[in-house]
Amino acid sequence: MNRRSLLSALFLLTIAALILLVVHLFAGAYWTRIAIVIGIYSLLAVSLGLSSGFTGVFSLGHTAFMALGAYTGALLTLPVQVKQSTMQQLPGFLATTQLHFLPATLLAGVLPALVALAVGPAILRLSGHFVSVATLGLLLITREILLNAESLTRGARTFTGVLPLTNLWWVFLWGAIAVYVSWRIKRSAIGREMFASREDPLAAQALGVSILRARLLAFVISAFFTGIAGCLYAHFILAFSARTFYLPVTFEVISMLVVGGMGSVSGAVLGAVILSGFKEAVRVLEPGFAIGPIRVPPIYGLAQIAMAFLFILFMMLRPKGLLGDREIGGLFWWDWFRRRSASLVERS
Amino acid sequence: MSTLETLLQQLFNALSVGSLYAEAAIGLAMVFSILNLVNFAHGDILVLGVYTMIFGLAAGLAFWSAALLGILASALIGLFVERIAYRPLRGAPDVSLLLTSFAVTILIENGLILFVSASPRAFPLPPYLSGFVSLGNLRLPVIDLSVILGAFLLLLVLTVLVTRTSIGIAMRAAASDLTGALLCGIDINKVIAFAFGLGSAIAGVAGIGWAGRIGKIDPFMGLEPVLKGFVACIFGGFGSIPGAVLGAYILGGMEVLLTAFLPSEYSQYRNAFVFIILIIVLLVRPSGLLGKTDKEKL
Repeated sequence: MNRRSLLSALFLLTIAALILLVVHLFAGAYWTRIAIVIGIYSLLAVSLGLSSGFTGVFSLGHTAFMALGAYTGALLTLPVQVKQSTMQQLPGFLATTQLHFLPATLLAGVLPALVALAVGPAILRLSGHFVSVATLGLLLITREILLNAESLTRGARTFTGVLPLTNLWWVFLWGAIAVYVSWRIKRSAIGREMFASREDPLAAQALGVSILRARLLAFVISAFFTGIAGCLYAHFILAFSARTFYLPVTFEVISMLVVGGMGSVSGAVLGAVILSGFKEAVRVLEPGFAIGPIRVPPIYGLAQIAMAFLFILFMMLRPKGLLGDREIGGLFWWDWFRRRSASLVERS
Repeated sequence: MSTLETLLQQLFNALSVGSLYAEAAIGLAMVFSILNLVNFAHGDILVLGVYTMIFGLAAGLAFWSAALLGILASALIGLFVERIAYRPLRGAPDVSLLLTSFAVTILIENGLILFVSASPRAFPLPPYLSGFVSLGNLRLPVIDLSVILGAFLLLLVLTVLVTRTSIGIAMRAAASDLTGALLCGIDINKVIAFAFGLGSAIAGVAGIGWAGRIGKIDPFMGLEPVLKGFVACIFGGFGSIPGAVLGAYILGGMEVLLTAFLPSEYSQYRNAFVFIILIIVLLVRPSGLLGKTDKEKL
């Protein structure tokens, strides 16, 4: 990493931290919640981009990793007394231990990563649509297991009593780590291999790239961060069930990534910010509103419908998303300023 | 029941489930063979057909005319979705098409929740369809018998349509080589629209059978037919219509077997088992049983 990109990253982090500090100090609970939601979705979109965007293996099953992370994290931080009253059938050490948030979050990332490592070599050999369908299968299998493993997950009933441990700063920390890791990978040799195997698998193989290795690495790291996002989400909404982690979430995260730009880390964050903001804005309209004398009745589900419309429009008009594979660094304004002053000097 | 009777009963169940899967899979296979599009919204087109039928019934139509209306509605919606959402994306990467169909699904499901409501509705069967036929110790529900018979007739008509009529032959030409077909003067847009319309109509038939078996409908019921259709297509070889039908019956048989022979504490995981088998099939024989050789395999 050269000095410039370090500066750029530091600059962005500082800006983000300052914004969050302002939100934390001055904004009310509502805005803090929105900031947390945006952060968690950014984390999800960045992780999905690391796998789907960098290697072109389009996963429809990442929500499975999110669900695994959520359940793992929630089970580990649940106080022992609560476990004894609501989940008597917990096996062994799970029933008697309560971990701190950080180790629980880490384990909530490690378990999905292990699952990805186990299933990856099988499904990542496939390509195109088949890998999408196979990852969708992964989501279905996970859901079925979560719904039926009564002793661990309370089955179809809601998992409640999760401690409210997620705050703005945890989300910021993990988001920053995920962005940093993705960014480093993108600029590294293995990152180039990932992009090469996306653009032309045959040519990449001819150059000695192990496509499976590149894909698997992206998949596992991506599963790790998705699991962590799931854990953060669980400790934010506090009550969830296997139904929470299904196709609507999958679609939202995919939309964010596609709108932002599939191969772009900053694009994923941008997409998450834009679409979460859009969703919240539309959600305000859902209970009904009035334009002058015209009363618009409550429209539930409007947010989803509007997102789907937006998504289809994007697909038609700007299929590569806002940024494509490009990045906006923290110093883009500096470049712009330099170019502008240079052209001014030339003209004079 | 004797062993033979149990076997026959299970075979009957497999046939009836397989017939529904086949009807759901045919449309997927037709569209995939031409456009390389895995049409996720196929299941929702099916659901919209069933809802139209329910409204027809509520408006006082007879069962069969309402059914016809539902099938027609499915076909028209299929055509509409193709025209609005997929045609503008012709030539875009396959993934864009797949994701767009995902978006169409979200759109249709939420539209249904918004305009109709998310709560399930009863799907009333006329008395002559809701009884049983007893054959020795076998109990054969009439709806299942009609589903099997319907699928059989449908396959017969489809075979004639695809092999003997000019639009059917044009469709197969487009499936084997889109550009080649275009060079031969085939109107590609017409052929693709035809594939969507026909496939969606068949999905409409599947929807009626599906709703008739479960007895109720809701906006989310399209997911299962489309997933089972996918699996059937992959078993048979994606893009091959006979393959899709074969795959559907194999899938039906497998599900019945798993339910019958797995210990009861595992049978609730049968969908998981089906997907595991699917992934194994994809690894061993990615082009399926009757598929074209797959250029996409690594």
